[in-house]
Amino acid sequence: MASIAVSTTINGDEVDFICQPDESLLDVLRNRLGLMGAKEGCGTGDCGACSTMVDGRLVCSCLVLGAEVEGTKVETIEGMAEGGDLHPLQQKFIENAALQCGICTPGFLIAAKALLDQNPNPTETEIRFWLAGNLCRCTGYDKIVRAVQDAAAEMRGETA
Amino acid sequence: MRYERPETIDQATSLLAGAKGKAFVLAGGTDLLVRMKGDDFEAGLVVDIKSISGMRDIAETDEGFVIGAGVPCAALNEHAALHAAWPGVVEAANLIGSTQIQGRCTVSGNLCNASPAADSVPAMVAAGAQAKVSGPKGTRMVPVVDIPLAPGKTSLEKGEMIEAIVLPKRPARAGDAYLRFIPRTEMDIAVVGVGVNLTLGSDGTVETAHVALGAVGPKVVVAEAAAKTLVGTKLEDTALATLAAACSAASSPIDDKRGTVAFRKDVAGVLARRAARIAYDRAGEK
Repeated sequence: MASIAVSTTINGDEVDFICQPDESLLDVLRNRLGLMGAKEGCGTGDCGACSTMVDGRLVCSCLVLGAEVEGTKVETIEGMAEGGDLHPLQQKFIENAALQCGICTPGFLIAAKALLDQNPNPTETEIRFWLAGNLCRCTGYDKIVRAVQDAAAEMRGETA
Repeated sequence: MRYERPETIDQATSLLAGAKGKAFVLAGGTDLLVRMKGDDFEAGLVVDIKSISGMRDIAETDEGFVIGAGVPCAALNEHAALHAAWPGVVEAANLIGSTQIQGRCTVSGNLCNASPAADSVPAMVAAGAQAKVSGPKGTRMVPVVDIPLAPGKTSLEKGEMIEAIVLPKRPARAGDAYLRFIPRTEMDIAVVGVGVNLTLGSDGTVETAHVALGAVGPKVVVAEAAAKTLVGTKLEDTALATLAAACSAASSPIDDKRGTVAFRKDVAGVLARRAARIAYDRAGEK
């Protein structure tokens, strides 16, 4: 198979890489670019552990070809904290102990951020439906939902 | 496997027509990439159509709404005019998969995957949607109902691809709805799906009715006789009972782990009744 040269933007940086035509964006991020935050849980778009933003849309990077991100803007969990400052979602996940093994956490954070970017004040039902494509097998869903609610409140400037 | 990203429809159809071995169109990829990971998957060529002009656009034209084959289902919900005109089609499309899948999956792909349980298909068929099919011999308009032939099989010929789905313009007092049954609250495959599309006269009498059933046959079922029973009624209880019986009769499902034949036939009637009520109320509001 002929390799493909791809130019894209990842977390604001221009990035060039070479990949195989059948190589997923997830494999490119992890194996070629050293961005290990996105995880492979199922590889079939069911678990959300590989959640990534491409041109402002939340997607499973296991179901995107590396070749498809030519000319796009990709955002991964590695771009979420600003320098040493954690994003409010990251901070609230820690404070609420909304993670146990941590495999699902980057995907939940990316997905939750995508939700809050378009809906700063979601109901619990809206949070649960939005995050239905992210699976946590340690079953920490309640803490995850509370962390998202806390982060949303803080981002709205409502926390004490 | 070769990956190509043509910039025109002609280039895409030439590539597809000239491919040695199996060739696949890549739109959202939510079915194709899963298949690609299988051991028995072989493809000579994958044609990514999303760089072709118009593929990611929803256009409102004289024909109605033209939904490019690369438009993710999430974008249908964000298009206010489309959502207002065809809420049933948009809801059906938005039932496919998770938020992540919604960011990629397309109604054209849902149609071409040719699953009998595809959620958007009964809604599109009830809506009278057409597929704009392009190929080496040019472009033709094909009723959506004529694209799937059987599970996994479509009527598209070698070199052909769907360029867009066209939903017709809406008259006043028109409404549609789609309901499905799944054993969970979300993210599952339809056990039964029902799309209903109605237009009403000024006194609230049903003037035209279209009903399509999913997951109760090898492909989407057009329940024409069932739909006719609604015409001239105001969805009185007797009319809804007649509709339900006719939809059950039009269903020819299989027994599988998701549901038995008897259950599916019954649910087809129940959902038709409920979807008809929603479509009727929506039509009355316009």
